[in-house]
Amino acid sequence: MPRFQAQVLVNLRPSVLDPAGEAAKSAANSLGIEGIQNLRIGKVVNLEIEAPEEAEALRRLELLSDRLLANPVIEDWTLDLNPLHTTKTA
Amino acid sequence: MPVGIVVFPGSNCDRDVRWALEGCLGIPARYLWHEDQDLSGLDAIVLPGGFSYGDYLRCGAIARFSPILQAVVGFANCGGPVLGICNGFQILTELGLLPGALTRNKDLHFICEPIALNISSNRTAWLKGRDVNDEIFLPIAHGEGRYQCADDTLHELQDNDSIAFRYVTNPNGSIDDIAGITNPTGNVLGLMPHPERACDPILGGIDGQLILSALLG
Repeated sequence: MPRFQAQVLVNLRPSVLDPAGEAAKSAANSLGIEGIQNLRIGKVVNLEIEAPEEAEALRRLELLSDRLLANPVIEDWTLDLNPLHTTKTA
Repeated sequence: MPVGIVVFPGSNCDRDVRWALEGCLGIPARYLWHEDQDLSGLDAIVLPGGFSYGDYLRCGAIARFSPILQAVVGFANCGGPVLGICNGFQILTELGLLPGALTRNKDLHFICEPIALNISSNRTAWLKGRDVNDEIFLPIAHGEGRYQCADDTLHELQDNDSIAFRYVTNPNGSIDDIAGITNPTGNVLGLMPHPERACDPILGGIDGQLILSALLG
C-alpha cells in the first residue's frame, strides 16, 4: 500500500482575535526586535497515511482536517501531501 | 428519575455537580462513563466542567467523539434536557448541538471569580418565570471562554431569543457579552459559568440552584 506524508497547518481565521499571538508580538518588542507585524500562532500536524492512491489519501485527510484537526467556525487549514518513498529491499 | 452526569477523562466538576444536585437540591444523579451509551431511565444529562482529554487539539475536540455523545445527541434531538457547563459548553459547540466556538480569553488570563450575569431570555424551561435582565451571580473559571461565532449565527441567536445569559461586565471578550446560549428548541443549554458552585449557601450564593433545578423541568 502506498504511503504518504502530510502536513496540515491550522490557523485562526483572520477575523478571530489571537491573544496568544498578540502576547508573543509584545514579547518580540521586549526582546528589542522591531517591525514584527501580524504575528499569528497556529498549529502544525505532521502525519503519515497509507492509502491505495493519492486521491484517496487526500480525501481522507481533507475530512480529517475539516472534522477534527480544525474547527471551521474559528480556524482555516491547509494541507500538503507528498508520496513517501521507502527504500525497497531485495 | 435521575440526572446523568457524563464523566470524561479529565472532567473535574463532575463530583461538584453531583453534590449540588443530590446534596443541595435532593435531585438523584448518577455518573455516566464516556464510553457508556445507555441513557435509559435518565431525565436529563449534564456535561460537567473540566479538561476533557487534556483539552488536546481544542477544548472539547476529542471528547466530541466519545461514544456517549452520540447517545446524548439522540437524547437532545428527542427533546431531552442537556446542560453543558464550561468544558461541557465547549463540547456542545464542538459537537454541533450549539453553534459557535469558545476561544482563548481576550487577555489570556485564566479567570476564576464570581461574576454578575443578566438573564437575557426566559424563553426556555431553564429560566421560565425569571425576569429578563434579572441579575444573578455565578462563579466563572476558564481560560477559553470567549464565545465567537459568525455574524449570521449571532443574528440567528438574537432573532431566536437563544442568548440565555450575558455578562454584565464582559470578562473574556465574548461577542455580544454572551455567557450562555440555548438551541432553537430550548432543551440544550450551554454556559461558561458554574451553577454547581453556587448551590450551597456556605459557598456564598445559591443562584446556581435555579439552573440545576430546571433539569427536571
